[in-house]
Amino acid sequence: MDASLDIAVAAIALVPLLAAAAAPWLVRAVGAGAGWLLAAVPAASFAFLCTLLPEVAGGGRVAAALGWGPAHGLALSFLVDGLSLTFALTIAGIGAFVLAYSGAYLAGHRHLGRYFSFLLLFMGAMQGLVLADSTVALYAFWELTTVASFLLIGFDHSRQAARRAAIQALVITTLGGLTLLAAGVLMQQLTGAWELSSLGAIDLRAHPAYGAILVLVLVAAFTKSAQFPFHVWLPNAMEAPTPVSAFLHSATMVQGGVYLLARLSPALGGTPEWSAALIGGGGLTLLWGAVAALRQTDLKQMLAQTTVASLGLLVLLIGIGTEAAIMAAVLYFVAHALYKAGLFLVAGIIDHETGTRELPDLGGLRRPLAVTFVAAVLAAASMVGLPPLVGYLAKEEMYLALLGDAGLQLLLLAVLVAGNGLLAAVALTVALKPFLGPLPPLPKAPHEPPVAMLAGPVTLGVLGLMAGVATGWLGEWIVSPATLAIAGAAHGHLVLGLDPFGLLFWLSVLTWAVGGLVTWRLEAIRAVLRRWAGAIGWSFDKGFDAAMFGLIRLSAAVTHLWHHGRLELYLVVLFLMLALATIVPLWSLGGLPVWPEAMDLTFYEWGTVLIAVIGVATVVAARTRLFAILALGIQGFAVALLYLLFGAPDLSFTQFMVEILSVVILTLVMTRLRLDKQDLRVFEDLLRDGGLAVLCGLGITALLFAVLQGELDPLLAEFFNANSAPVAHGHNVVNVILVDFRGLDTLGEISVVMTAGIAILALIRGARRDVPAPPPKPPARRRRRAATGAAA
Amino acid sequence: MNSLIFRTIAPLLVVVMLVFSVFVMLRGHNEPGGGFIGGLIAASAIAIYGMAAGPAAVRVALKVDPLAIAGLGVVVAGLSGLLSLAYEVPFLTGLWGFFHLWGTDVAISTPMTFDIGVYLVVLGTIAAVVLGLEEGE
Repeated sequence: MDASLDIAVAAIALVPLLAAAAAPWLVRAVGAGAGWLLAAVPAASFAFLCTLLPEVAGGGRVAAALGWGPAHGLALSFLVDGLSLTFALTIAGIGAFVLAYSGAYLAGHRHLGRYFSFLLLFMGAMQGLVLADSTVALYAFWELTTVASFLLIGFDHSRQAARRAAIQALVITTLGGLTLLAAGVLMQQLTGAWELSSLGAIDLRAHPAYGAILVLVLVAAFTKSAQFPFHVWLPNAMEAPTPVSAFLHSATMVQGGVYLLARLSPALGGTPEWSAALIGGGGLTLLWGAVAALRQTDLKQMLAQTTVASLGLLVLLIGIGTEAAIMAAVLYFVAHALYKAGLFLVAGIIDHETGTRELPDLGGLRRPLAVTFVAAVLAAASMVGLPPLVGYLAKEEMYLALLGDAGLQLLLLAVLVAGNGLLAAVALTVALKPFLGPLPPLPKAPHEPPVAMLAGPVTLGVLGLMAGVATGWLGEWIVSPATLAIAGAAHGHLVLGLDPFGLLFWLSVLTWAVGGLVTWRLEAIRAVLRRWAGAIGWSFDKGFDAAMFGLIRLSAAVTHLWHHGRLELYLVVLFLMLALATIVPLWSLGGLPVWPEAMDLTFYEWGTVLIAVIGVATVVAARTRLFAILALGIQGFAVALLYLLFGAPDLSFTQFMVEILSVVILTLVMTRLRLDKQDLRVFEDLLRDGGLAVLCGLGITALLFAVLQGELDPLLAEFFNANSAPVAHGHNVVNVILVDFRGLDTLGEISVVMTAGIAILALIRGARRDVPAPPPKPPARRRRRAATGAAA
Repeated sequence: MNSLIFRTIAPLLVVVMLVFSVFVMLRGHNEPGGGFIGGLIAASAIAIYGMAAGPAAVRVALKVDPLAIAGLGVVVAGLSGLLSLAYEVPFLTGLWGFFHLWGTDVAISTPMTFDIGVYLVVLGTIAAVVLGLEEGE
């Protein structure tokens, strides 16, 4: 493979990411005109992708890869076939217009640089998503689009609604991201390949894990592409600036799920489960979105709901999976990208020029916004499916794919006609209502927007017209290669023109009739729908909120259960676990040690033991806590002496220092934090704590005996003794282990030590601030709360 | 602490302890000792000085916040590990340099600088906690 081609393909995804980093500086340097400059990035990608068209149209595919993690068999691999090329061209083409448009739309915005950064970040991620061949790269780019979408939806972060919508989109699409990762790993385990193009190595459909993979992939695709019941996030995502909605939430990001289904269709598709899930989910989403669109009066909201419907339609067509259906899906994807992005950009112009997006407030804009009107009509005509626009082709093709007399086909045909009819109604309303009729008083006096904002919708509208006319070209270069990539075969037939005597034509007429009728009675239908929605009073959006609150409440409950803030209970749990962890395994596995019969100790060893016993006895008998702390130090010194006697000077040394410092610090804690001087525990508590102490003692003792009586594996000791001096130039093995052999552990430990220090300081300072005056001495029965307060 | 003897002796004791702590740290690679113990000794010295002269005097004497010392320690230890990047060996690989200076052999190594980092972290953290507690009214 040619190395320069590898880099060039990777650059389509990676250069926008670099441009994202440079965008804020560019905006600072040249202002809003940066939009035009940045648009050069996707424009260059577009030009490069066009050079790949001949090879792909000839049935070829372009594979490219950069090294990534060769030790793990990972490569940053890309694959350009008909499917990914269609998507990549759409992303690059619409992206260029959206960038130019944004420069004018958000001119003078305080955070314009940040906005461009987010948008380019998204663009690179989306290109990576559709071009990636490696599942890992696909997942990474997938999540990156989610993050970029989150940032863009929440761009206007001072508004609560925008923040909520951003979080909602993040939560829902991240759920899908995780399932995608799981599906990718699962498929890699089964096929042994990270590459999507190698999934055909075994027939996944026959594998017992097929069901699991299918569910994971479906959740990923349905969340990303806003399929029922995950559709709620997409209409809310309209909180984003309008160019973002045009780009992410109609033409590109939400198509990620559709892309995934199309990409995996050869490996996973064709089973009854696949068809049922996609046709059922897609059909339901189509009707749901189309009906919901009629309920809205906000231009963007209407368009968003129709996007939900269109996504459902695409999923349905992929679910049918025949060659004709796939061809219809590809055509519809192209048509939808052209007209929906155009309509969103038109909606943005209307909003920008008049100050409102509310349909009832708009009208008569055909004169002040004449060019915009033309663009709107072109886009809407494609959406309605009028010949000779590309939308007409797509509609004819999908009806053709379903022609037949089986019951299911008739039902689906009815669903499609109804769905398309409702979409046509929305298209007519959105494109005509704001422009026709008298000009009402508006918040702003409308003027034709700058070229940067007109370029996108006009070009996209004209392209929709050209694609519908130049059907041969479209079929040969775009539709057939993409169909070939998904369905494995393509015969390049596209319905040309209209045949007034064919059934297909009359289905189209029926669709238009539905659209016209609904447009005519829209006000009444909207009123009825709103009344119903009001009567139900529940929506998936509210359901999402309820689920989130439930989650928060659950985590709060779990947190309160374990993190109750009562120090002594924490200690009880800790020591109980220590006792259980030492005793239970020894006991259940039959490893309890034999009690040694005779203790052969020298007099000074007995002396050390005596010191320890005296120390412990004093701790137990001590009246005041301060005295107990000091006595505990005695016991610790005895242990340090033991270390010294048995040849561990380092340990002994450290033990001495730790004991001294513990006593010092505990004494300071006692005296400075005004803890009770006496032990105020009641008898039951003493019994509990004493029992725990005895249990822990027994457990540790048993463990130590078991260790001594078992066989010691000298492997490590031998290794360290043999290698410490020659390899690590040190004779103190303990120290060499700490700073050399296990240096990474030590690095982690000292970081923990420092972090703990910061936390302790915060606690000390917090306690000082919170306790302005000495609290009254609590009576014995209430000491629990006092202990809690002190711990806090 | 109001003992005159303690207050008089403490500064001397602190000096001896601090020097000793450095000595213990540096000998650690071949004899009992090391950065951890050295840091504990130094922290004890700081604690003693705090008891004798008050935490404010200790802060003046230290000149920097003790937690900054701890932070420096983590950085020093981390950088000792990162030095291996320059030699294209795994992170934290021990690098040694043997020098003959003034008639004696001196070994400078990344495990040593790493141990100095440990020393600074232990010293800084415990000193910060002790001073924080001593300042609590």
